[in-house]
Amino acid sequence: MSSKLAKIEKRTAYLLILPSVLLVFSIILFPIFSNIWISFKNVKLKDLRIPEPRAKKLVKSIKDNPNQIKIIYKLRNSSLTQEITNVKFKDRYPDNIEPTNLDKRCEFKQKLLQCELGNWPKKYRENLEIVFQNTNNQEISKKGLKSYKPKLSGKSQNILLTYEFTLNNFKKVIKDKAFIDLLSTTFYYTFFGTIGAIVFGILAAQMVNQKFFGRTFMRSVLLFPYVAPVVALAYTWELLLDPTSGTLNNLLINYQIIDGPINLLGQKYVTLNILGFDFKLRLALTTVIIFEIWRYFPLAFLFILARLQAVPKELYEAADVDGANPIQKFLNITLPQILAVISILFMIRFIWNFNKFEDIFLLTGGASGTRTLPINVYQQGFSIGDIGMGSAVSIVIVVFLLIFMFIYFKLLGKRADEN
Amino acid sequence: MKIKNILTYCFISSLFLFSLICIWKILVTLQGIELINFNFNKLFVFGIVLCVINLLIGKKLNLNIKLILLALLFSIFDYFISINLPIWYSIGIFLISLFFFNTIKNYDKNFLSKNHSSQKLFFNFLTLFGITLFSFVILFPFYMMLVTSFKTQALLLLNPLDFSINFAQGLPELFKSYFVVFKDYNFGRYMLTSTIVSLGTVIITLIFAIPAAYAVARLNFFGKNFFSTSILIIYLFPAIVLVIPLYTIFSQLGLRNSIEGLLIVYTATTLPVAIYMLQGYFKSIPKELEEAGIIDGQNWLGIIFKIILPLSLPAISSVALYVFMIAWNEFLFSLMFLDRPNTFTLSRAIQFLNVGAETPRQYLMAGSVVVTLPILIIFVYFEKYLVSGLTAGSVKG
Repeated sequence: MSSKLAKIEKRTAYLLILPSVLLVFSIILFPIFSNIWISFKNVKLKDLRIPEPRAKKLVKSIKDNPNQIKIIYKLRNSSLTQEITNVKFKDRYPDNIEPTNLDKRCEFKQKLLQCELGNWPKKYRENLEIVFQNTNNQEISKKGLKSYKPKLSGKSQNILLTYEFTLNNFKKVIKDKAFIDLLSTTFYYTFFGTIGAIVFGILAAQMVNQKFFGRTFMRSVLLFPYVAPVVALAYTWELLLDPTSGTLNNLLINYQIIDGPINLLGQKYVTLNILGFDFKLRLALTTVIIFEIWRYFPLAFLFILARLQAVPKELYEAADVDGANPIQKFLNITLPQILAVISILFMIRFIWNFNKFEDIFLLTGGASGTRTLPINVYQQGFSIGDIGMGSAVSIVIVVFLLIFMFIYFKLLGKRADEN
Repeated sequence: MKIKNILTYCFISSLFLFSLICIWKILVTLQGIELINFNFNKLFVFGIVLCVINLLIGKKLNLNIKLILLALLFSIFDYFISINLPIWYSIGIFLISLFFFNTIKNYDKNFLSKNHSSQKLFFNFLTLFGITLFSFVILFPFYMMLVTSFKTQALLLLNPLDFSINFAQGLPELFKSYFVVFKDYNFGRYMLTSTIVSLGTVIITLIFAIPAAYAVARLNFFGKNFFSTSILIIYLFPAIVLVIPLYTIFSQLGLRNSIEGLLIVYTATTLPVAIYMLQGYFKSIPKELEEAGIIDGQNWLGIIFKIILPLSLPAISSVALYVFMIAWNEFLFSLMFLDRPNTFTLSRAIQFLNVGAETPRQYLMAGSVVVTLPILIIFVYFEKYLVSGLTAGSVKG
């Protein structure tokens, strides 16, 4: 009896999760695996269009002979790269006309013209001309002829489904001189973005954890950058930072803090002189990182605040009795309490910043030294139009991602053991 | 009284007052008023003088009279060192200094003679300073977004610091950018598309996620652990690695430029987190309630609809709001899949506006306000639910 119940339970469970599993499989897992497939192929953006045989029908009357009419089909292969095999052609005609000079490949039967046009190589073009004669001595109506449209069909290879593979994409990705630069930019962006967001998150959480007038309002305001759409925020920042008409530059010039405008999003390097040494700071990248911190510190703030509010008040009271100052209290009580949250937060944010696309894309488009791996996926795949290369870069991202996830789950497991 | 405490008190208080005045001056400058100097030296020294006076007066005067007196002194001083400014500027200075002297009213002789008072003072001001600075830095871009939408490109080129709103021109003229954005740039249509897509995603995600989450939370089946861990792993895969294969598949199937395609992708990407959040909540519902349901002869459909759903309404609302927010803000997939204006979502439409470099900035900002405002209103109104959704779903961002 109980085994029967268990069976029913199992069947119900599978029934309940099946729709979700199917959807997630087809939209997330299947694409990840097809990424591997595509990355070993030489596929360009223009290859994605399936080749079609096309025909344009022109109707021309013949001079001094109203009983005849000439029809020209301009045939072509729409693809510049692939051939179409076994092309078939079909067209219908009105009553009472007959072809006079029929092509060998064609057949006319009961108002229906059918042709077997064979194989068309790439860029194939041909004009098929047929002269028609009326059978009832009435003038042939052009309109009637034009009202039918020819139908063509043919077989073509879908480049995505062939078994031709190449290692060229990966070779190109790794041999590219810019690849090291790409990796270092990505890690620089990810690391400093993550650290910055966490540091500001801690500061903000410390502030809001104290009692003051308007505290709940403050908490909402701090989350604004995270909940607002990235498009709106990125464009607002772009306008604020614009070198000529941007508010920030004009304010700084107005208060005589700088002499001339600084192109914060368009300048790759700026040289800083600190203690007699010249430092080259990557300006555009730093600006993008500051935007990143501005947008994502609320999340760190939310997490850390939740943890801070769970810290027992007695700990602080005891410290007060011992005469500890605020810095000691922070280092000895607060920090150990939030350390676990911070480490998890660091891993999660690291993974997500590593894959961040929209922010950089909208602010700089990957120009002036802000090209990271995700931006490269887009540029290879859609700006250059090399889908295979884009996929290969995605695979590089996935490999890094798997490494990070492995570390993350190790960390999670360790924490679970400790608890 | 310790000399160290008094010095810290004077310096830090005066610095804080100065920073408040700076923010006010920046905002005033952005009204197109010519102000080219923060007058750091004079204001800082005078601030210190006033702090000392405050200390000396102590409780000899009525508190309110003292506050007004000090604030008035400061405003008059500021009025004389910065010439030709409108009266509302000085009123602002007066109110700020009133607020400032109100915050330092507790720091009297008694307080300053204690041992740790300079550190306490430092951290109190750090908090105040932090709150002011954080609010300013966060709200400033939103403020600029709003005021830019009320200006015109020509006026901004004339004086890039003049963001004053001219109410005299009448409402239709003031809201012109919004009329243009809705009328000429078709934002009404995009807004409708965005709403349909977001609500559609919420509904479909819930329909898929609730049964699955229930199964994970309550039923025993082979592969349950595998299923629940893979949910989390799948959730960590970013959109950027899905973009190329989905683009190729969707363009061959003809699903690009269709709302259905977008709905499928949004649902699939938000489904893992929805299941993850819901199953956690379902587990917290006492099992006895369901057992009672089973005894009453309910099947699993009845249990979900009559017992689980009513009890987990708060969790479902936070999932719904979170999914709505993700779908409304989503940009990457809408950029990849939509290239015909008749299927644009709001985010895609704004990006399209910006790519056409000739679009005047007030229209761009009006569009940004149109896409931002609904989500901020929803956030402020349903903050409680959305915050719990954010915390639970924040593995993604």
